[in-house]
Amino acid sequence: MRPFTYERATDAASAVKAVSDNPNARFLAGGTNLLDLMKLEIEHPTHLVDVGRLPLAAIEETADGGLRIGAMATNSLVAADPRVRARYPVLAQAIIHGGSPQLRNKATVGGNLMQRTRCAYFYDTTKPCNKRQPGAGCSALEGLNRNAAILGASEHCIATNPSDMSVALTALGAGVEAMTATGAVRALTVADLHLAPGDTPHIETALSAGELITAVTLPPAPTGGQVYRKARDRASYAGGLAMVAVAGGQIALGGVAYKPWRALKAEAALAAGQTPAAAAEAELADARDSGRNAFKIALTTRLTVAAIAQAQGGKS
Amino acid sequence: MSSIADWATPNPVTENRSGLIGKAVDRYEGPLKVTGTAPYAYEVEAPSPPVQGAIVTSAIARGRVAAIDTAEAEASPGVLLVWTHKTIPAQGARGARINPRSQRPSSPVMDSDEVRYFGETVAFVVADTLENARAAAALIKVTYDELWAVVDFPASLGLAENPPGEEDVRIGDFETAFAAAPVTLDETYTSPIQNHVQMEPCATTAWWDGDKVTVHTSIQMVKGGQHALAETLMIPSDDVHLLTRYIGGGFGGKGQSYDDLSLAALAARELKRPVKVAYTRQQMMLGTIHRPATIQRVRLGATPDGRLTAFALDGYTHCARDALFTEHFANFARSLYAAPNRLTGHKLVKMDLPGAGPMRAPGEASGMLSLEVAMDELAEKLGLDPIQLRLINEPERDPETGKPFSIRQLARCMNEGAQHFGWDRRNPKPGQVRDGRWWVGMGMAAAIRADYLLPAKAGARITADGTITLLQGMTDIGTGTYTILAQITAETLGVPLSQVRVEIGDSNLPPAPGSGGQFGASTAGSAALDAGMKLRVALAHLAVGDPNSPLYGASPDLVTFDDGKIRFGNQSEDLSTLVARAAPEGVYAEGSISPPADRRDVSLHTYGAHFAEVGVDMDTGEVRMRRMYGVFAAGRILNAKTAKSQITGGMIWGVGTALTETNSVDPRYGSLINQDVGGYLVPVHADIVDLDAVFLDEVDDKANPMGIKGVGELGISGAGAAIANAIYNACGVRLRDYPMTPDKVLAGLIAAGL
Repeated sequence: MRPFTYERATDAASAVKAVSDNPNARFLAGGTNLLDLMKLEIEHPTHLVDVGRLPLAAIEETADGGLRIGAMATNSLVAADPRVRARYPVLAQAIIHGGSPQLRNKATVGGNLMQRTRCAYFYDTTKPCNKRQPGAGCSALEGLNRNAAILGASEHCIATNPSDMSVALTALGAGVEAMTATGAVRALTVADLHLAPGDTPHIETALSAGELITAVTLPPAPTGGQVYRKARDRASYAGGLAMVAVAGGQIALGGVAYKPWRALKAEAALAAGQTPAAAAEAELADARDSGRNAFKIALTTRLTVAAIAQAQGGKS
Repeated sequence: MSSIADWATPNPVTENRSGLIGKAVDRYEGPLKVTGTAPYAYEVEAPSPPVQGAIVTSAIARGRVAAIDTAEAEASPGVLLVWTHKTIPAQGARGARINPRSQRPSSPVMDSDEVRYFGETVAFVVADTLENARAAAALIKVTYDELWAVVDFPASLGLAENPPGEEDVRIGDFETAFAAAPVTLDETYTSPIQNHVQMEPCATTAWWDGDKVTVHTSIQMVKGGQHALAETLMIPSDDVHLLTRYIGGGFGGKGQSYDDLSLAALAARELKRPVKVAYTRQQMMLGTIHRPATIQRVRLGATPDGRLTAFALDGYTHCARDALFTEHFANFARSLYAAPNRLTGHKLVKMDLPGAGPMRAPGEASGMLSLEVAMDELAEKLGLDPIQLRLINEPERDPETGKPFSIRQLARCMNEGAQHFGWDRRNPKPGQVRDGRWWVGMGMAAAIRADYLLPAKAGARITADGTITLLQGMTDIGTGTYTILAQITAETLGVPLSQVRVEIGDSNLPPAPGSGGQFGASTAGSAALDAGMKLRVALAHLAVGDPNSPLYGASPDLVTFDDGKIRFGNQSEDLSTLVARAAPEGVYAEGSISPPADRRDVSLHTYGAHFAEVGVDMDTGEVRMRRMYGVFAAGRILNAKTAKSQITGGMIWGVGTALTETNSVDPRYGSLINQDVGGYLVPVHADIVDLDAVFLDEVDDKANPMGIKGVGELGISGAGAAIANAIYNACGVRLRDYPMTPDKVLAGLIAAGL
């Protein structure tokens, strides 16, 4: 870890200004990902702006009947919120499937959206990685890539987004509110937050430098059952091999791409009256493996079928 | 000469008059550990404020350091010292022993520009704070001349050779018997590299006083560490005072010292102030020993009624090119099942990887993963219950040596375990039991682990306040050694536990071999018993020779000890009264254990049976353990609580072995890919929902004077195979490649049309 300076932000606008003005500054919230990356010499910020104590942790009703969740709400707080549990159970389930209680108590909603990949080659600074060092090459492409992406990857990066929470947010059609360098707040969607790796996998989100996520907005829940399923190597505290969130007719996949993957093709197939199996196959028709992750295509297909059927009440 | 026959004579431990032996006594050091006040090696208080080291490791598997640029690091804030192979002080030559009695040779660090594995130390920084040391270490730029390296085990089997001095062991004519057998099985099983993942990393705090160095380090073998450091520093071992009071897990991985020990001592000498060095988690994964991978072939031939006629277990494993070690996965099989024609052996590939070495139950933990699944497969072919097949092949004597068993309760372990577990409810046809989206199945496996006894010493001192202190250069790696030594000492001297202290983990104390091979309790405990007996003799003579003692003039042979008193007939006095009056400076006695030669004339093992019930997710192939139960026979149990903790801990590692634990080498880099506990998955609480174990009543009076045996390694032996067999019973997918992760199970489900 390199030496750095630290300031505790007093309001969002000044925090945004502090980070916008300094290309080597980063926001710090729960710190559950950034501090690890700093200790491992993957991130080298020289200045941290602590936004974790900004008054952005409220969960409020919105005029359209949804919820607005402050970006600094901890994962635990959101998962335990009675309104979330009653109206958005898929979100509460997804959060509980992520990390450990200790991590969820520290990690924030905004930080969860911004967490970086767990690709082993990204974590090992002795190996080439285009995310860490643009142009260096991707070690995972021909490496031990058991958990690499099967959708939306490029020849420059096959890393996946590890978040559970984001998968549920994507299925729910959640929005993101972000404050830009000018102090203005703009809206985008969780589904559009992360950028395809293309030939610039080091550019991971649509946020500009210094832009701060201030809230996540949930539209009214879609009609129909909600289910979160996660396949993983052990029963708890493990990254997913595949995740599926179903909220009525809306579906998102996790662990398969650089972002939580809204399964629009599957949704369309279901809307057209096709079976869950046909819907899952429609979504995974474009899937491509890199060798050791080939099983994830079948795994994701089966998990999607099961989750849809479960949400439709067909099986427990 | 002593004989194992001597051990039939009762002693205070076997008589157990105050009932301390076997009791579920709380851990001696438990309060210190749970309150965070037990000083581990990195946390001991040094005589002056310590400075901190950081290690830089190689990024290639084999080659030479072509250049190291340390300029930026040296200029970095707080830096006190930067060393490379060019600047590190002189050390003993690798493998050298100036003192021929040293248990371990010199183990120099950065002694040349040669890189022998990915993760080897190539530079070292000391700074005023850990953060400054690590920041500076990150600024060091190393360039390499890389050489071709042997790092891909399955692709390198052509390089395999017999381990030094070993040949395949043959009894009868295996090939002919196998060819003639009416029912045969021939399958290959693979197990991966595993890491120890101790919670506490390797760590040392060192300081010097004149020519003498004091090191607090985390190591399982006190003398081995002391001698390795003395040889490395080229100083007499008496000038190295090594302490290892508390150890946050060893599992075999800390049977040797690592570079933290040498570097802390060298830097403390150079800087004339205390220095601390710890490995990072990544360095633990890359730069310490691991359990090597294996490729095992099992061939079984049987008669239609289930008698084994041909039996073979052989295959491949690997070790570092210049650190020979063999994972003897076949050895246990020489003592397990009867069969007239037998073949066992190992082939070893020397590789450019970090050292392979001992990990909990070296040999059994790997080998039982193959044979105990093969027995399940053979039972199905024969239409026999897996327990019945094993019972049919129970030997009367050790099947290869013909030696009598000291005691063998394997059959009872299996039968009692089956009854308790509800084995009769198992449907032998796989894939028949459903619970929601889960297929449910049961599996079992036998357990066997060899039992050892090594030479050791111990001291016992009583002071004027009546406190008895057991002194021994032994270690407690979390197993409960402190506690059982206190129990043995208290029972031997007839005093309450509150009157006993235990001092271990110090090279100045009477030497014991340390913790490993599940020989710790037997070895250290037997020496402690003898020290206690010697102290009894000294105290008896003190009392009967003291005119002021009520025991004056009595026969010292007839004196007894109980309730804190020394007694002869109706006459008694408190030990504290006696010592305060007659020997106010205290009384010290030393004892020892030395295995008699005839101990080798019996076949000595611990035994058990594992039963597992798993669920297999129909959609994903995820396997979750639902229930696990073990019955074990391991001699007299010293402490019901710590023994159970050891045995269930081993079983839990078996669950990890079956389901999650693996490390892989990326052959392009020669580097292990899992470098933290986010990638290397050990079981978590949610994986171990219902797991229990019991010990059969047993005394093994051929094992040692106390009739105890080891429990630390028995629990993992066979445990993973029980899970593998349960997976098959649940869903009909037979896997032979550990760990049995969802990708492998799913492939089997799909292949079966499920």
